[in-house]
Amino acid sequence: MSVNKEFVKFDKVDKSYDGKVLVVKDLQLDIAEGEFITMLGPSGSGKTTCLMMLAGFETPTNGEIYLDGNAISSIPPHKRGIGMVFQNYALFPHMTVYENLAFPLRVRKIPKDEADKKIDKALSMVSLQGFAQRMPGQLSGGQQQRVAVARSLVFDPQLVLMDEPLGALDKNLRESMQYEIKHIHESIGVTVVYVTHDQSEALTMSNRIAVFNDGKVQQLSSPDELYEKPVNSFVAEFIGENNTFAGEVSDISGGKCKVKLASADILANPISVKGKGERTTVSLRPERALINPSDKMDNIHKGKIEEVIYHGDHTRVRINLLGNSEFILKVPNSSSNLDIKLGNEIKIGWNSEDARALDPK
Amino acid sequence: MSSETKQILTTDGIPLEVSLKKAEKKNKIKAFLLVAPLLLFIIITYVFPIGDMLMRSVDDKMVTEMLPKTFKSMEKWDGQDLPPEEVFEAFYFDFQKLIEEEREGKLSTQLNYTKNGFKSIIKKLRRKSKSFEEGNYKEQIMSVHRRWADVEYWRAIKRRAPAYTYQKYLKGIDMYENEKGEIINVPEDRRVHRILWMRTLEIAFFVTVFCFLMAYPIAHLLATLPMKYSNLLMICVLLPFWTSLLVRTASWMILLQQQGIVNDFFVMIGLVSDDNRLEMMFNKTGSYVAMTQILLPFMVLPLYSVMKTISPSLMRAGKSLGGTPFVAFWKVYFPLTIPGIGAGCLLVFILAIGYYITPALVGGASGTLISNQIAFHMKSTLDWSFASAMGLMLLSGVLVIYWLYNKLVGIDNIKLG
Repeated sequence: MSVNKEFVKFDKVDKSYDGKVLVVKDLQLDIAEGEFITMLGPSGSGKTTCLMMLAGFETPTNGEIYLDGNAISSIPPHKRGIGMVFQNYALFPHMTVYENLAFPLRVRKIPKDEADKKIDKALSMVSLQGFAQRMPGQLSGGQQQRVAVARSLVFDPQLVLMDEPLGALDKNLRESMQYEIKHIHESIGVTVVYVTHDQSEALTMSNRIAVFNDGKVQQLSSPDELYEKPVNSFVAEFIGENNTFAGEVSDISGGKCKVKLASADILANPISVKGKGERTTVSLRPERALINPSDKMDNIHKGKIEEVIYHGDHTRVRINLLGNSEFILKVPNSSSNLDIKLGNEIKIGWNSEDARALDPK
Repeated sequence: MSSETKQILTTDGIPLEVSLKKAEKKNKIKAFLLVAPLLLFIIITYVFPIGDMLMRSVDDKMVTEMLPKTFKSMEKWDGQDLPPEEVFEAFYFDFQKLIEEEREGKLSTQLNYTKNGFKSIIKKLRRKSKSFEEGNYKEQIMSVHRRWADVEYWRAIKRRAPAYTYQKYLKGIDMYENEKGEIINVPEDRRVHRILWMRTLEIAFFVTVFCFLMAYPIAHLLATLPMKYSNLLMICVLLPFWTSLLVRTASWMILLQQQGIVNDFFVMIGLVSDDNRLEMMFNKTGSYVAMTQILLPFMVLPLYSVMKTISPSLMRAGKSLGGTPFVAFWKVYFPLTIPGIGAGCLLVFILAIGYYITPALVGGASGTLISNQIAFHMKSTLDWSFASAMGLMLLSGVLVIYWLYNKLVGIDNIKLG
């Protein structure tokens, strides 16, 4: 059985609320069946608007959204059959957990015994058996969120939307819920569109991540590719930690380019620069730079340690390197870390392949 | 055993409970002093007047004190035939004393409440009694007017003997206690109060229903519109609130009268002919229209404050789970607004049941309510005890409604904001 690669399709979708500003610009996005896709971006980037258009609570100003090949712009929300988990859970406070879960089944006129089976199944999926007769107000935040997840799945929708569902939970609970949702997704194979502004959540859970900024998808790729190979400086900056050098391309040849900084030249991997004289921002992940590097590395420079912060399993070292005083290094806490003391001059090296010359900010 | 549990001491060796009380005492006094003015205010302006009203409605001491000897001598009288000579004699002496104190007018008013016809014969007795001779007062009094020889009037006097009475309450529901102590209805053509009670309930009920039907969509709009528009709408709701009740009622009179604007409009669009203009004022219609408009904010505000707290994502959740907009509204939104509906309906109903000025001005004869009758007895007949009795009946009616509401909906479910 072939997987439908275009289970959800945003086709040239624009959205504006006031006729002056476009919140979503020319969105082109295909979501495959069974995929867990995350829309990630800062607030105001248009990701929630996209989700609301998919759910049917907002209409696209231009373009069309297809669900399983059918245009859905003219279908009202209650006929789309899409499950949804809301940011503030949106459990019905006057109904018990059982009644909350029975609601979507009742409106679909599913017989009671069959509905009861589905409710049992959904509750055991989120390990909340025995909570059926509680009121939502008697549950903790995490339990409420699980009920909301169970309710969005109980009527076997093909697509589930989640709008920052873990935003209100504390850190530990959030992490365990991330795994739980991921496992539920894996076990029942439903397509999930997940919205969050928390990048670690996105990296942990998703098959693919769409990074939103300014109403546009900046990059759509798998979590590892997103982290390792950001295509522009916004993504590089937004996902994970990032050291940057701003400069001008002075030479480009053989898959490498030379970037002229204020004090020195560095070698970098030309991603979005084409020719000499272009302004660029070079992005380098902290863990790709090493202290006391081997001579094989083609970038080796000296810097001065400005700050040392102990983080348990690793130490963060802030270095003034090539005029960038915010250069961060992550040093694993092993016994061989010799010279990491405030004020020391140390040698730092990295491969030009890992230094990505992106668009200037 | 619990009695053997060790007493917990503070570090200084004082029992913990004593120490706690001491520490809290100052706060308690402070709190009480803060509340004291309000408490005093409520006692003086609310508890005391209502207590006084209760006393007044059952108090019948006035006549008892005016005719002490008469009532004492009447104790032996069985009420079958005319009373014996000593009753007449006692009555004569009591009456003479009242004339000296110039209180016989009050007696005549009081006795007249019990039975019509006392006023004139007491006046006559006063004139004639100056020339009474000593002895055989029965003959002399009976000769003043033939009603004095009627046993009914003497029975009426005897009925006023007890210091406390529930006659006024019976009168409030068109009943009375006859000479034999039976409680019976007044003749059908004189039953005014029952009609008024029923009309009051009916008007209050329908005004509540109309207010609810009109306020629900308004409150919903208020709660869901963007701030810019909802503020304007809120002002529209509150504007009548800031206008004098009298002005609003008067403007309804301008609108609703036969030569008024509404009728002019109906004639203009051809809905009614010019010589057949609608009567919308000085009847129930007038009361309905004006009271609904005036009481509307009392329904809108509690509904609004409850709707404001309902997250819009609940309706969205209802729809995304497959409920049609109507199902989502009926199963999700509506049940959550019940506390506001309860508060608004109770508020409007209780206000409407005691409404006075508006029905008095636009209600006419068929649109007046029980409170207008109370006012009538307060101002015109000066039968304050009857007015008090009806006021208390109204109050207890409201309490019954409150109790019923508590049984049906639960008073904890009320939300005013």
